[in-house]
This record gives sequence, structure tokens and C-alpha cells, in this order.
Amino acid sequence: MEIVQVVGLAIVSVVLLLVIRQQRPEIAVLLALVVGLAVFFLVAQRLVAILDFLRDLASRARVDSLYLNTILKIVGIAYIAEIGAQVCRDAEDTTIASKVELAGKVLILVLAMPIVMAILETILKIL
Amino acid sequence: MNINLVFQIAAVGIIVSVLAVVLRQSQRDEMAQLLTLAGVALVLGIVVKLVVDLFETVRTMFQLY
Repeated sequence: MEIVQVVGLAIVSVVLLLVIRQQRPEIAVLLALVVGLAVFFLVAQRLVAILDFLRDLASRARVDSLYLNTILKIVGIAYIAEIGAQVCRDAEDTTIASKVELAGKVLILVLAMPIVMAILETILKIL
Repeated sequence: MNINLVFQIAAVGIIVSVLAVVLRQSQRDEMAQLLTLAGVALVLGIVVKLVVDLFETVRTMFQLY
């Protein structure tokens, strides 16, 4: 029943943010970030269970663990970059938000390179 | 535990803004500025600890680094 906690927390914090945003916008931005993190920590245990389930499936299907680990790393980087970009956008600073997203994309591409190479080699072997 | 943090920060924000208005009424603007700075610093301290906690969780969860 975490969804009830999450929705309750979201509604209360939105009202609090409306009150605080008029006087102290800088504290409102930090409060919005803290609410986001609180919701994430509420859901974190379930996420760990899902990731273990994915790993179990991958090992059962004899998929090379390198691919799954790279995919999970990419998801992690994307998530953290998203948090950073949202905080910057919340403070109405879209330039820094786009820079954070650019960095996230570059790092994800760096991680994706070995997988693309592996795919290319398997295709060449088939031809 | 994290939900208490949300309400603590909201309380700090409201108290700081109210006290700043009171100080500004009594012609002590520099005090109001210092108080605002202290409020933001306090909130930042709490947020930094939480963000470090988040990065640790995500790092262990997705095996980053």
C-alpha cells in the first residue's frame, strides 16, 4: 500500500511548496528535491526486487551478464541525470538542465559502445 | 524517516520566511538577510546528506562505477 503513502506525501508537499514558493523559492526547490527522493526511497525496495528478478531471468536464459549489467548501468545513469535535470528545470534554469542531459547522453553512449560492437560482429559473422 | 525530513524542511522554510518579514518590519534588513542565509544553509545540509544517500543506493542497485 505504498501508493497511498506516495500520493499523500505528494499532495501535502505540493501544498507546502505553494506556500513556501512565494517567500523562499530557493528552499522550495530543495524541498521539491527532498520530496522526490523520499518517494524514490519508498519505492527502492520494490525496485531491488525487480532487478533481482531480471537478473534471475537473464541467467536462466543464459544471456551474457555483461549485457544486462550494461543495461542496468545505463538505466542508473539515465535516472540520476533525470533527477539532476529536473531539479535544474524546477529552479527555472533550463541551460544547466540541458547540459546535465547532454552529459548523461554522452556517458550512456560510452557505455553502449561495446554492445553495439558485439552486435556488429555477430551480424558480420552471419553474413 | 524521509517523510519527517520533508516536514522539517517545510517548517524551516515557513519559519525563516515569517521571521524575515518580522525582522524587515523592525528595520533590521541585514538580520533578515543573515537569517535567510542560515535557513538555506540548514536546508542544504539536510539535502546534501539525503542526496549522498540516494547516490549510494542507486550505485549499489545498478552496480555503477
